[in-house]
Amino acid sequence: MTALAIVQTLNGFQLGVTLFLMAAGLTLVFGIMDMINLAHGSFYMIGAYLTATFVGVFDSFLLAVLFALPLAALVGLLVEMVALRTLYQRDHLDQVLATFGLILFFNELVKIIWGPVPIFMGVPEFLSGRIMFGPDLEYPAYRLAIIVVGFLVAIGLWLMISRTRLGMLIRAGASNREMVTALGVNIKLLYSLVFALGAGLAALAGAMAGPIYSVQVGMGEQILILTFVVIVIGGIGSIRGAMVGAILVGLVDTFGRVLLPGAMFALTGSTAAQGVGSAIASMSIYILMAAVLFFRPRGLFPVKV
Amino acid sequence: MMKFASLTTVAAAALLAAGSGAAVADQSGEVRIGMITTLSGPGSGLGIDARDGFQLGIEHLGGTLGGLEPVIFEGDDQQEPSVAVELAGRMVERDEVDIVTGVIWSNLALAVMPTLARSETFFVSVNAGPSELAGAQCNPFFFNVAWQNDNNHEAMGQHVRDEGYERVYIMAPNYPAGRDALAGFKRFYGDDVVDEVYTPLGQLDYAAELSQLQSEDPDAVYIFYPGGMGINFIRQYEQAGLKETTPLFGPAFSFSQDLLPAVGEAAMGVRNTSQWSPDLDNEVNARFVEGFEERYDRLPSLYASQGYDAALLIDSALNITGGDVSDKDAFREALRQADFDSVRGDFEFNNNHYPIQDYYLREVVMDDEGRITNRLVSTIFEDHADAYHQDCAM
Amino acid sequence: MRTREKIVLLITLAVLLLLPMVAEATGNSFYIRLAARILILALAAVSLDLILGFGGMVSFGHAAFVGLGGYVVGIMFYHDFNAEPILGLDATQSFLAILAMAAVVSAMFALVIGAICLRTRGISFIMITLAFAQMLYFLMVAARKYGGEDGLALWNRNEMPGGVVDLHDHAVFYFVCLGLLLAFLFIGYRVVHSRFGRVLRGAKDNERRMTALGFPVYRYRLAAFVIAGAAAGVSGALLANYTMFVGPSYLSWTQSGELIVMVVLGGIGTLFGPVFGAAAFVLLEEFIPEILNHVRDGWGEHWQILLGPILLFIVLFARNGLYGALRGQTGGPMLAPDLTGADLTEPDRPKDADVSVEPATDTGRPV
Repeated sequence: MTALAIVQTLNGFQLGVTLFLMAAGLTLVFGIMDMINLAHGSFYMIGAYLTATFVGVFDSFLLAVLFALPLAALVGLLVEMVALRTLYQRDHLDQVLATFGLILFFNELVKIIWGPVPIFMGVPEFLSGRIMFGPDLEYPAYRLAIIVVGFLVAIGLWLMISRTRLGMLIRAGASNREMVTALGVNIKLLYSLVFALGAGLAALAGAMAGPIYSVQVGMGEQILILTFVVIVIGGIGSIRGAMVGAILVGLVDTFGRVLLPGAMFALTGSTAAQGVGSAIASMSIYILMAAVLFFRPRGLFPVKV
Repeated sequence: MMKFASLTTVAAAALLAAGSGAAVADQSGEVRIGMITTLSGPGSGLGIDARDGFQLGIEHLGGTLGGLEPVIFEGDDQQEPSVAVELAGRMVERDEVDIVTGVIWSNLALAVMPTLARSETFFVSVNAGPSELAGAQCNPFFFNVAWQNDNNHEAMGQHVRDEGYERVYIMAPNYPAGRDALAGFKRFYGDDVVDEVYTPLGQLDYAAELSQLQSEDPDAVYIFYPGGMGINFIRQYEQAGLKETTPLFGPAFSFSQDLLPAVGEAAMGVRNTSQWSPDLDNEVNARFVEGFEERYDRLPSLYASQGYDAALLIDSALNITGGDVSDKDAFREALRQADFDSVRGDFEFNNNHYPIQDYYLREVVMDDEGRITNRLVSTIFEDHADAYHQDCAM
Repeated sequence: MRTREKIVLLITLAVLLLLPMVAEATGNSFYIRLAARILILALAAVSLDLILGFGGMVSFGHAAFVGLGGYVVGIMFYHDFNAEPILGLDATQSFLAILAMAAVVSAMFALVIGAICLRTRGISFIMITLAFAQMLYFLMVAARKYGGEDGLALWNRNEMPGGVVDLHDHAVFYFVCLGLLLAFLFIGYRVVHSRFGRVLRGAKDNERRMTALGFPVYRYRLAAFVIAGAAAGVSGALLANYTMFVGPSYLSWTQSGELIVMVVLGGIGTLFGPVFGAAAFVLLEEFIPEILNHVRDGWGEHWQILLGPILLFIVLFARNGLYGALRGQTGGPMLAPDLTGADLTEPDRPKDADVSVEPATDTGRPV
């Protein structure tokens, strides 16, 4: 039983760090440029498709990721410069509409290039096994690798933001945009860099998700809404909030799915109740979000003014 | 359910009131067909295969259906019931189609049925075979050229029982077709399963459920996960190390040609049930499989085979009536005869307009060219009918 | 209202009134059906604009009210069809009774979630309305009796009193929709130009000032939220009758998103604009595939690759939406001039710290 609980916790972490990689970029773009970017999920999709394609070319997962991420970041950069730059000064609704349009565009573009059928991407050979922690306790190495990479990226981001000049500007931008401009910083360049970084992180999430989830058109939107839940729970603009929110959502979702249907069945002894339990499990993260927002409208870690 | 009779009379009365405004196709030398199918979004692989199969059928018939020139009105339902209804309305009223076909998903089929029945438009489903339309609510304008939803699950229930597995764990998405699937499995396997698990529709990650499953240590697992869910589940099943310890079984939908390339070797060796297989030995099937690969440069899925059969069926009925669709009773009678050579071999309609046919066991293998596909293993059911047809008054 | 705006509205009204006759005469009666769908979505979009454009409440869960209205129709049909009493009463198929029920049920839901959501501002409000809509969505997915994920197909539209007219008749149904839309536009216009409406708009721009002036801002907002919810419920009941189908997808977040798109497309805070937005959205969806298929056979299935950039283009170059362009206004929206350049979702942002009022300081809030 404890072994199972540990495995389920790891499952929660794994979903959590995937969400974190998505959320990190989104929350920075939101916090610094004050931009709601619905098309963030498209970079996740592009990352997965590019990695899958490069795996076919190089026959190496790491090499594929190495090529796919900068390319996805470049796509992000282009999108920022061509379409989104003019939207920063607009209100959120214009941004929602415009980036909704971008989603449609990217989904259709990917469908034209790669076809409508999901494509294959295998687990890299060196991570295809399972790690034994104990007699009853084993876990797929690849999922463990995702957790490790996720945490490493989180630490890296934290170091970058707290120790580097770029990080200082990002922090300053998140709490007071006008001040950064007043300091004479090339704000356009800063914005472009942050946007490309966010796109790259989303692409990393997509690349790592490729071997376990199906690489298909529309995969970005499935995770996008969860990502918004994460950044709102964590507090917009806060990397720490994104991390905590992501892990929280990962754990609540995992344990909700595992425990609620069984609990409902145990309580009532009917399979209909089991279905209700499964429905409540789907609602659990939204209940969590509503509760957090009700008590802390700015999320768990609001960015200080 | 009592009201059903009166509802059909209402539909008939509505048509009379409309002054039989339906287009008379036979005089113009064309037959107008509405193709409602999923062409965008995650489910589009199935829809595109069905449509391509249908088109190939027409090509193999020399570009005609029953000697008439087919005019096809295509619509993308986006896997969304309200969009499908919108398309059905447009095709019936503006495009004046005689027959609507396509429709992959059961919920979409149920949604468009009132619109089509009301306008007395024939509906030849190439895939969706909901139980609702098979029993008491069977409809004189509905024909299914694929199967009743439960059939492939029933076949696997029988097979898993025959193989002597005693601790079976069964899983499906939590939606009506998922629940029907597991009910169909249990109809022939029996009720004594280890656990019956329903996951939210569209779920991506099954790690939590797989961990739970592992702790129960079943001796076989039966799943119904169509589309992207299937890809995720099967691959994660292998990654969790379960494939080596616990055999996985499923209906064809989880191991179909539209998914196999994306699932990869994780699916190898898995046995699944289907009414069709690419290596079924008959002339029509050989022509279909070869033609499909040549025309579209990929292997056909069962959805493509069903689309192909739909074209052959419509052609056969038009041949019988001499191209006349305006006499609804005559055309219905012609469809019921199913006077065509199916890619599946024997094929006939039951009283409820669902097929009576054989169901096979298949195995996922690698073909000579290194492509992952299905191969026939054995026949599970011969001339199998669905469990609802007795309730149908037709 | 300027002359040009009046002319635009009069022409639109004339077009709407004459459309069925023209369509019938030219043998295009199918388009009456399409137009009815536009009117239904327009009703939902206008109701959203009432809270979004005038109250600054960006609800990302408006589809929940539409869906609830639809489910009233669906559930009533289910009970009538199976001759099964609901809550001890016989189910009805009377159109008027069902419209009233849809309005009441949606209004009650709006009251409950509004009371909770309106304690938050800005992005939190967007997300908490989304959260409640998602919860309702999953509830309906779990409602196995009413079709669950599959939804319910309806075999008939509702009945008009005495059977004088048949809702299956396209023109009849169209005029019913038009009547309800015009009625709500009238109500909306009166609301916006009443003292109530001015307080609502004032609170959107400077909540603290309105509160200081002694207006119970929270209650005003809640009232607007409930009115909008009721109207969206009515549009949902119409939509269910129109498609003869209701399912959880009515409540999905993409549906809420599309309503926002219609409002932005038409012009935020213009009341009449969303009607044009709804029309544009439906017509684009309807005709882009056809046009593409004319260009080259088979291109139609890729229609979204054009729709996306069109939406982007409209945002970038038609800042006040279609209605703003139609009435020849390049400045701010006319009905609410105070909206120009104002950010609708801003109060949480540090730069607006002076207007960002924590709910706790909202003295008008009943505790």
